[in-house]
Amino acid sequence: MVHLSDVTKYYGKKRALGPVSFEIERGDTVGFLGLNGVGKTTLLKILACGLRPSSGTVTIDGLDILDEPHEVRKRVGYLPELPPVYGDMTVGDYLNFAGRIRGLTPEAVARRIPEVEEYARIAEVHDMPARNLSQGYRQRVGVAQAIIHDPDLLILDEPTHDLDPVQIMEMRGMIRALKDSHTILISSHILPEISQTCDRLLILNDGEVVASGTEAELGDTLLRSRGMVVTVRPVGTAGADGSVGGDADAGGAGDAAAQATIEALERVIQSVPGVTGVRLPDRPARAIASAGALAIRVDGEADVRAPVCRALVEAGHDVIGLTRAERELERVFVELVGGAEA
Amino acid sequence: MGATGIIFRREFGAYVRSPMGYIVAAVVLLLDGILFYALALGPRTGELLSGEVLMRFFYYASGLTAIAAVALSIRLIAEERAAGTQLLLNTSPVRDWEIVLGKFLSALAFLSAITVATLYMPLMILVNGKIAFGHIVVGYLGLTFLGAAVLSIGLFATALTRHQLVAAASASVITGTLFLLWPLSQMVGPPLSRVFAALAIHGRHWAGFQQGLFHLRDIVYYVALTYFFLYAATKVMEAKRWE
Repeated sequence: MVHLSDVTKYYGKKRALGPVSFEIERGDTVGFLGLNGVGKTTLLKILACGLRPSSGTVTIDGLDILDEPHEVRKRVGYLPELPPVYGDMTVGDYLNFAGRIRGLTPEAVARRIPEVEEYARIAEVHDMPARNLSQGYRQRVGVAQAIIHDPDLLILDEPTHDLDPVQIMEMRGMIRALKDSHTILISSHILPEISQTCDRLLILNDGEVVASGTEAELGDTLLRSRGMVVTVRPVGTAGADGSVGGDADAGGAGDAAAQATIEALERVIQSVPGVTGVRLPDRPARAIASAGALAIRVDGEADVRAPVCRALVEAGHDVIGLTRAERELERVFVELVGGAEA
Repeated sequence: MGATGIIFRREFGAYVRSPMGYIVAAVVLLLDGILFYALALGPRTGELLSGEVLMRFFYYASGLTAIAAVALSIRLIAEERAAGTQLLLNTSPVRDWEIVLGKFLSALAFLSAITVATLYMPLMILVNGKIAFGHIVVGYLGLTFLGAAVLSIGLFATALTRHQLVAAASASVITGTLFLLWPLSQMVGPPLSRVFAALAIHGRHWAGFQQGLFHLRDIVYYVALTYFFLYAATKVMEAKRWE
């Protein structure tokens, strides 16, 4: 569907993008992830036929964007970071204009407007001047204009820009609903937005694609560290109503016993080859006292799930839960674009 | 309806919906009315022939039409760039000349509506004096040609920038220069005087319309000037579309 080959964009002597090369299959939902200013908007504007690349070729649906821009534009819906909404028009008139300007007949656009209004949940503001809309509604109207002509490729630049948490959830829902019928490209620097809506990620840094793949692939192959949370019921702990050496808040001998158990757990895990870090929750003794178990974050150079579990069981502890560590994507992101310690 | 018609409707609607369109119309009509009162209904009315009153009306109306044309045109593209709505047009399958033509025609239609609203003044001269109806028709055609030419200059200026003030300054400088060519042509000798006179927007080419005389060369001049600046505006749009 989308093919880029050695695409660059220079503003004067300053390189804003590239060289980048990648392909996107029809039906994919791809997220472009990167810090502000790394070239995401430049890339999306090129794909939307709004910016000429300095070099390289871009084809969409087999059509070169420079040779046949109008044919490409018919196939693309584009929501810029700032929705291109005319404040003086009502929402209905604006959608009519957006549809007609993209080649829909009056009959087709009249049929399509109620569909996209229902889809974007903006029917109630149909007759309202766009200048009176809240940011959330403006963004939804922006999505509606981008899909009014039912394009094959939908490009959304920071679609949750300036939205409140409820509006962000609604926007994610809209994007998920669009996935079935469109190839979608989304840019964002907000990680959950990308990870929750996209099948595949392209991470940009300094104008170049530094990594691509699914969230799991990025976590597995690039970070070279598999974070996990292992939930352990320490030896001698019966359950939620039991305790290790008594109530942790009771002080005295109880505290000392709990602390000894926790330190023993840490030693067992750290003794496993490949483990690079062990992080306990705040107030571990209280966690054991109240839940009878402790959720410990374990990082390793490789996949250390099996040896860690084995070591814990051999030491007499019960492993009652094992999950991938949350915020894995953030670690990948920071590792790739910032070089900071994850 | 093609893209030109769709853009025409949107832009004409923008004039009707915005206060700016009404402010320009109100100022032009007020000043036209004051000048007409001073020239036609004032204390020295008896000294002028009705034909001379009409010529003076067209003379001042031409200046106001030019100012109104600059005021109406400067928002056409600069405002879109500033608001980000230009991206909608730039990423739609619309050709640059269709955008330019649609915007130009909308501004011309609104300017013509303002101009037509002054018609009651020459009609009063027609009823109370001795003038030919054709003189009125030719005079208004002249205002339309002049307005179209200045609108095209304004459209070129607004295509250059995202700042309406910069567009206004650019359009004023170009239009003012073309106005000044006529008095300059009186000050220099040939062949420069002939060149200046031929290029002046207000002088030889306007005088015929003002007097109710229809010269093909004047029409060709205004059409050519309008075409030149619309073409230039289209080229600017093409150059900036992919930026």
